[in-house]
Parts: sequence; C-alpha cells; structure tokens
Amino acid sequence: MTARAPVPQLEVAGIDSLILRLFDRIEESNMPWMLAASQRLRSSFGDALIDLVPSYTTLLLHYDLERITALGARQLIAAAFADLQPATTAGGRCHNLPTWYDRSVGPELPLLAQRSGLSEAEVIRRHSSHEYQVFALGFAPGFAFMGLVEEALATPRLSTPRKRIAPGSVGIAERQTAVYPVVSPGGWNLLGRSPAKLFDRNIDGYSLLQPGDRVRFEPIDRAEFIRLGGDDSPLEMTQ
Amino acid sequence: MSHSPTTGGLRVERSTPFIQLQDAGRYGVRHLGVTQSGALDWISMYWANWLLGNALGAAVLEITLGNLNLICEQDACLALTGADLGASLDGQPLAPWRSFNVRQGQQLKFAQPRHGARAYLAAPGGFNAPSVLGSCASIAREELGGLQGNGKPLAAGERLTWTGTGLHQRVMDERLIPVFTPSPRLQLVMGAQIGDFSGQSLFDVFNDAWKIDSRSDRMGMRLLGPKLHCRRSSMVSEGIPLGAVQVPPDGQPIVLLNDRQTIGGYPRLGALTPQAVARLAQCLPGEELRLVPVQQESAQDAHRRLLDQWRHG
Repeated sequence: MTARAPVPQLEVAGIDSLILRLFDRIEESNMPWMLAASQRLRSSFGDALIDLVPSYTTLLLHYDLERITALGARQLIAAAFADLQPATTAGGRCHNLPTWYDRSVGPELPLLAQRSGLSEAEVIRRHSSHEYQVFALGFAPGFAFMGLVEEALATPRLSTPRKRIAPGSVGIAERQTAVYPVVSPGGWNLLGRSPAKLFDRNIDGYSLLQPGDRVRFEPIDRAEFIRLGGDDSPLEMTQ
Repeated sequence: MSHSPTTGGLRVERSTPFIQLQDAGRYGVRHLGVTQSGALDWISMYWANWLLGNALGAAVLEITLGNLNLICEQDACLALTGADLGASLDGQPLAPWRSFNVRQGQQLKFAQPRHGARAYLAAPGGFNAPSVLGSCASIAREELGGLQGNGKPLAAGERLTWTGTGLHQRVMDERLIPVFTPSPRLQLVMGAQIGDFSGQSLFDVFNDAWKIDSRSDRMGMRLLGPKLHCRRSSMVSEGIPLGAVQVPPDGQPIVLLNDRQTIGGYPRLGALTPQAVARLAQCLPGEELRLVPVQQESAQDAHRRLLDQWRHG
C-alpha cells in the first residue's frame, strides 16, 4: 500500500470540472486512497457537487458553478485532502459471479488458449481462480473494469469490435476483465457468459459491483446457467 | 403494460428514433457508468419551458431533423423553440420561439430542417414520464428514461400527456432569441492536456475551419479538418466532461456530448462551454465552425451571465 497520502495534481477539464490526478499508474494499492478521497470530496462539496467520476488514477470532479467559484472549488479540494487516511478495503464487498465458460458464448476461448499456450480448460481454471479488484465503472451502467488478469491471459482488444454483444458476456482486454451489463458494442475477447444482473435500478446503489469490491468468477455448466436465469441467445444479437 | 391514458394529450402518428423525451439530464450517477443525457440544445429547452412558466429543466420533446406527426386530442397551449423544422398546425406554418394554442383534432407536423437541427416542444408543467435515476431523459443504449422508462424513443401510437394548466404563458424579448448564424465560433475551455499537442496543431485548431462529419450523434460529433498531432496517443481512461474535445489517433477531433461514455482514454484539447455545446447541437453534417480558446474563469463568468436571462421576468 502506498504509505503517503497522494497530492492531487489539479487539471482543468471543462468549464465546471477538474481532473484530480492522484496516481501515474494503475495499481491495486491506489484503491484505498481513491475511495477515501471520494468520500471526503463528497462531504466537503455537499450540494455543490454534481458528479464525481473515479477512474484508475484520477477523479473527475464536476461542481455546480452557480454555487461555487473556480477558486472555491480548489480550496474545498485542498481541505478534503488534508490529513487524508486510506480507506480500509475491508469495506469492499466480495462477489461470486457464476459464469458459463463455453465456446458458444465465449468465442475467443480458442484464441486465448492459443496465445497463452494453455488448454482451454486451463484458461478457464486460471481466469476463475483469481480474485479481481473493481478499479472503475464506466462504458455502460454497471460495467466494472476489473483486474489484474494474469500476464499469460492478457490479450489485446479485437481489431474490429462486435456491433452487439449479449448481456452477461465475460471478456478480457489486456490485463482487465469485465462483464457486459446490457447489449452493447465491444471489442473484448469473450470467454463465457454470466447470468448475474449487474445493473438494476431496483437494487441499492443500482450497480452490483462498486469500485473497491472483489470479484471471483465461478464456473457453472449450461443447465445451471439457464436455471439462474441466464440468456443463451446467440452471441451477436441482431435485434 | 402501458401507463399512458387512452385519451387527451398528443397522439403520435409518425416518429423517428431521433425524436425523444429529454430534460435537464441525469446527475449524481455518472460514477456508476450512467451517462448524463438530457437536451443537447439546453438553451432552447430552457426557453421552451420558460414560455409556459415551467421549471426550466422540465421534460420536453427533442425533435431532431423532423418527420414527426402529432394529433392533438385536447385543446392546449404548447411552446416551440430551437430549429425551424418546417413546423405546421393544420397546414399553417408555425414559427418557433413562442407559445401557441392547439385545438382538439388539429395536426401538428414537423417536416425537415430549414434552419438548425433540433426543435423543442414543451407542454404545461412538462410532459409526463417516469423519473428513472432522477430524470426522464431517454437513452436507448442504457435502456433508461423516455415515456416507458426503458430508453425507447418516441413511437407511433404513443401518447404524450401533461398535468399543468398553461396559464402562465410568457412572450420572449425578440432580442434574446438565439440566432443560428453560419460558421459559428464555439468557445473551448482549454484543458491541461492541450500542452501535449504540437505547436502546429494548436495553431490549426484555432485558425482553421472545421467541418461536421456525418458520423455524428448524441454521443459525439466528429470534426473534419487538419490532422492534429499529440505526443500521447492514449492514456489511462479518465472521466469525460460535457463538450470534451478528444483527439483519437486519426487526428480528427470528436466533441463528446450528453450521451457520451462516462470515461475514456484519448487525449483532449479541453471542452466546449455549455453555450457552445447548445449551438453545436443545431449544426448539421457538412456545416463549418470555428473553435475559439477561452480560460475557465472567464467562461464561468459568461455562463453565469447567460443563466441570469431566465431569472428576470
């Protein structure tokens, strides 16, 4: 864990927003500081905060310019970072995401096996035996960027993204893994599908996965996938 | 099951995927990956609501490019602002930037763009729609908002209703009506990464004309012009503000709008001001524009003055 509190570099992003650059590189040890900074900023800005968007190394802070000035925003940020202590990651929840690993819903399984020199079964074993951390949400509601995937399985995005990917699709891009919450285009290498519902406006917090959470993928067979409400419709949906 | 009543309001006879319910947008949920949404030309939306005495961010119909037929199923007072899409009421031309009365049985039609790209139609108190994560703004990709709450655009057979009375109509001072002059100069708040672009590119950004590409939608508008060069080709993804001007490796900028993804990894020149975003929303593919640099604090002062115009009267 990074011992000393990060000093954010403030960068103008737009008329009413700043990028707070906390770190230079993606590290799992960034997370306790990112969570602590988010909590402090939310309480110090109060109603003057419109949105706070964390990513791997930065926070985008969007404030209400009818309530505070640019200078006022910088003063609130400085105050929020004074004596900052890292959040305890014990607060992050652990999730098991049941996943049906199969070529019919994970067409890049052969590619991942070929690139890594492993069998498909070993690719599945390795992907499902690691506990991943949620680094950030983005791209789509409830889409969680997780890592780090072990080096052997790291694979670049497809050169031509698919136009429509079925919800629940589990993919790998470089050293990250994610589950597509809704039908969307995408270029990640798919290796399976999960019946888990990742974004639901009826659940507390809306998104099943939150930054700082830990996630494991649990292999299940097709029958279990269907029993859990999984949708085995074709990979690339036409409508 | 539909929750819309079977009589009254406006019945949709013909529509397109580019005609959607919008409001001021969805806030406080971007950290979950939920986009901002909301009316692209928020200034026209504000005026449409102001004309009827509504809350400025109440639900309106954003009519992009026309091809909309509505049947009035009750007498009412409505307001129309933004683009001139050749609107007519029972065949009689209908000018924007004012409120107008409709009678039961009349046909309200929008043809094609004659000036601008997006018209805004308001009803007393705002159109009825379920609030989803704090807004009824439609976003099909995220399956949020709109008449049914599932993000679908307006469809034939649906009915738009409202609950206000329309007894608080106002008239706009003609001097305040936005004019969509050709080749607009759009202010860009310079961002921190602007220093990563080459000197020639920075000269080109602010001295050349940019043409709007046909690959443009509510997520973003692509600009065609001189190729820009940045020292960095991609970065660790970070949050994207409204109006951000990102430059992918092909060197052609993309202005990110209300339906943009919440985080992204291309270097940015900065972000257009909200006023510039509203003006850009009225540009059609093929139109030209220019970018003008502005500092954050002076842009804020100008924006606060702009907001003042809705506070009086």
